[in-house]
Amino acid sequence: MSPAWRVKLTVWWTTPVARALLALLLMIAIGGIFNAEGAFFRWSVHRDMLRQVSVHGMLACGMTVVIITAGIDLSVSSLLALAAVSFAWLTLPQGWPAVLAIPLVLAFGTALGSASGALVARLRIQPFIVTLAMMVFARGLAKVISGGRKITNYVTEADGTTRVVDLPAIFGIIDSKVLSGNLSIVTIIFLLCVLVTWIVLSRLRLGRHIYAVGGNEEAARLSGVPVRRTLIAAYALSGLFAAVAGICQAAQETHGDPETGMAYELDAIAMVVIGGTTLAGGKGSVVLTLIGVLTIGYLQKILSLNAAPEATRLMLTGAIIICAVLFQRGKA
Amino acid sequence: MGAAGEEPITRGGGTGTGHPARRDPVVVMGGIRKSFGPVEVLHGVDFEVLPGEVHVLAGENGAGKSTLIKILSGVYDDFSGELFVNGRSQRFAHPNEAARAGIATIHQELSLVSSMSVADNLFLGREVTRRLGRVDFAFHESETERILTQTDLDISPRQLVEELPISSQQTLEIARALARDASVIIFDEPTSALNEREVDSLFQRIVELRRRGRGIVYITHKIEEIYRLADRITVLRDGRLVGTAAANDLPPQQLVKWMVGRDLGRGGKRRRAFFPHEAALEVLELGVAHPTRRSRSVVEGVSFNLRQGEIVGLAGLQGSGTSEVLHALFGALGRRVAGRVRLCGEPFPLRGARESIERGVVLLTNDRKSLGLAPELNVTHSVSLAGLSRFCNLVGWVRREEERETVRAVAEQFRLAAPSFDAPVRTLSGGNQQKVYLARCLLPQPRVLLLDEPTRGIDVGAKADIYELMRAWVGQGIAILLITSEMDELLALCDRILVMHRGRIAVELARETASKDAVLSAAMGLTGNSERGGVT
Repeated sequence: MSPAWRVKLTVWWTTPVARALLALLLMIAIGGIFNAEGAFFRWSVHRDMLRQVSVHGMLACGMTVVIITAGIDLSVSSLLALAAVSFAWLTLPQGWPAVLAIPLVLAFGTALGSASGALVARLRIQPFIVTLAMMVFARGLAKVISGGRKITNYVTEADGTTRVVDLPAIFGIIDSKVLSGNLSIVTIIFLLCVLVTWIVLSRLRLGRHIYAVGGNEEAARLSGVPVRRTLIAAYALSGLFAAVAGICQAAQETHGDPETGMAYELDAIAMVVIGGTTLAGGKGSVVLTLIGVLTIGYLQKILSLNAAPEATRLMLTGAIIICAVLFQRGKA
Repeated sequence: MGAAGEEPITRGGGTGTGHPARRDPVVVMGGIRKSFGPVEVLHGVDFEVLPGEVHVLAGENGAGKSTLIKILSGVYDDFSGELFVNGRSQRFAHPNEAARAGIATIHQELSLVSSMSVADNLFLGREVTRRLGRVDFAFHESETERILTQTDLDISPRQLVEELPISSQQTLEIARALARDASVIIFDEPTSALNEREVDSLFQRIVELRRRGRGIVYITHKIEEIYRLADRITVLRDGRLVGTAAANDLPPQQLVKWMVGRDLGRGGKRRRAFFPHEAALEVLELGVAHPTRRSRSVVEGVSFNLRQGEIVGLAGLQGSGTSEVLHALFGALGRRVAGRVRLCGEPFPLRGARESIERGVVLLTNDRKSLGLAPELNVTHSVSLAGLSRFCNLVGWVRREEERETVRAVAEQFRLAAPSFDAPVRTLSGGNQQKVYLARCLLPQPRVLLLDEPTRGIDVGAKADIYELMRAWVGQGIAILLITSEMDELLALCDRILVMHRGRIAVELARETASKDAVLSAAMGLTGNSERGGVT
């Protein structure tokens, strides 16, 4: 290896992406060692892992955008539940076609996200407080729409009789696999969310503004960045991805559950942080988040393959979040 | 004490310790080398400080001054070479260790906790406790009272630090250093946030410290300050020692040559305006209300014209309203602003930063750190931030190739030295960060540049670059409204100077009649018609 190459490699090692990748490779290597009698080497295990992290990953995409603005979005799990319930309610008892229900639910999620954004941007309330309030509010709204029960294809009419509607095809489509059963549709939707986020953050003017606002809001304002609009757009995007995740969740569960997705926002934050995007704002990327999602996904998978009890899983996840963040800082 | 302020060069005095060369140095640093990763930034530097001397450490940004000082004050301990403090070999692992060994640093950014009281700050980290760890606040207060009487600060120990003006905070830091019985006090560009009167009282205090036999290390870019204070001068360049000399033996031209490594020629040549009649900005009866007390105003009845290709200076002491005028004209003060402004003959409604930039009025604030740059943004994105629309289509897709090339071209004009255009701006030296900030202001192709201290805290070489660029810009017809606290800069660059006093224009000076005395006396309200209002 020539010296020039060596220098390039040394520099590359210190980049956040390299560090995040190294952590992921380490995790995969551990999976290779504790392979549960070869289970880890079967693609179906990886496919299932990808499916299981997809919904969380969608939330993490929006979370990345908001965290780069130096904010936080605690409401994503509730928005997910609200979207799941709304989607189920529209398609099952109301019998709407998916082509109408999906855009409406997405618009709903985006609108509630924008509302959070507007409170942050216009009324200058701290993001933590705003989205905490939105989290509670949206969960309540989900319970109002669903009447506090799961919305299934057993529909209770006003007169107390029950009828059964066919589960619309869209539920099955979202929950299916392609490439002769080797890739789940939800994983593809997740990857599309990553792609959209990547385009927004690194190809559009909006992305530049997001980094600038997160890095130094006052400087951004004086440079002509529309700070309020940028903040609202960030939270709106987070709401949109939460709605996408909610539709996927409803399709996978074949019902709309107002209690679904509890504490998912914390998983999403963990994924973002493990990737190396810091809560201070102004830096990070969705590529890092993708790596973070996979790292947590593999961790969970390896633990479940090796039949680690729930308690061990939780404790190890906590410890690994700290290790990953220290490693990102280069102090491990 | 007053006499000492007027004759800063006289040494010794009260303590009568004799000629400094015969005293034992309080600090000796020998053959100091320091690397960051594979890059060595100090290549064997020698430095010593005698008791009772002011030793100025000079050099351009990136010369290694800060690194050397950080080794002395315990921020870095991974260096090679020798460090003796008061005759004992030292290698401080932490700033606290250095403080215990008698080294105090007064930073550019003050290190007081602004939400705590004066007394709490003085005893922070070395609280005096009674039984069960109870803090002895009464003792803190009485002791603080005693320390404060040694300064000329008329404040209560219970007052919150955030309520004090910056200059008093700095005095307090010095008091804290004295309370800890520091034998070496390092001043790191202490005057950057002070006005002239505050600078004078700081210098008096430093002279007083010298008389008491403390060793003083003073870091500055300002040539004027160097010769007011220095007993000896050490110059660093590119991490090497250029030389140490007595201030009397080192004339300013030689000093600059040592710092820059080349002759700069005479800075600030006189210049012709090319577009004498086209008014770029017409300001009529501009007023700015006080930020909290709306009935009071900080700027009142300010009227003037700014022509294309002209540099107009806005001078005044701190609090005279100069910065507010700039911010107001940029539209950044919102509803606090009254008055009419026309831009190139059309009404200019001061609606906010975005519209101002779109219409070609750009502001460079005097606070790069908190109002200028986002530290994590990379160089390219930092430069293009304000002018990004040029590279965007309707949906906001950025044409990155075009962006990169434009930024590269502008950076070349500025002689910007960056390791990479993808590196965060925080990795650049102060001078280069300032160049990035200036380059950003230029990218939206402004017609009017509002520059508030464009050369604050940057080295001589970068300053010369920026002067040259400013002359080139006005040559293209850009109009510049300039605030600077450096008198030489003001007199050399400006076609006209508007001097403000208490929110009004006291006098307008043409470049032929402008002099340091004329500007200062108008700024202090001694001449000019500040009572009647602005001069048009």
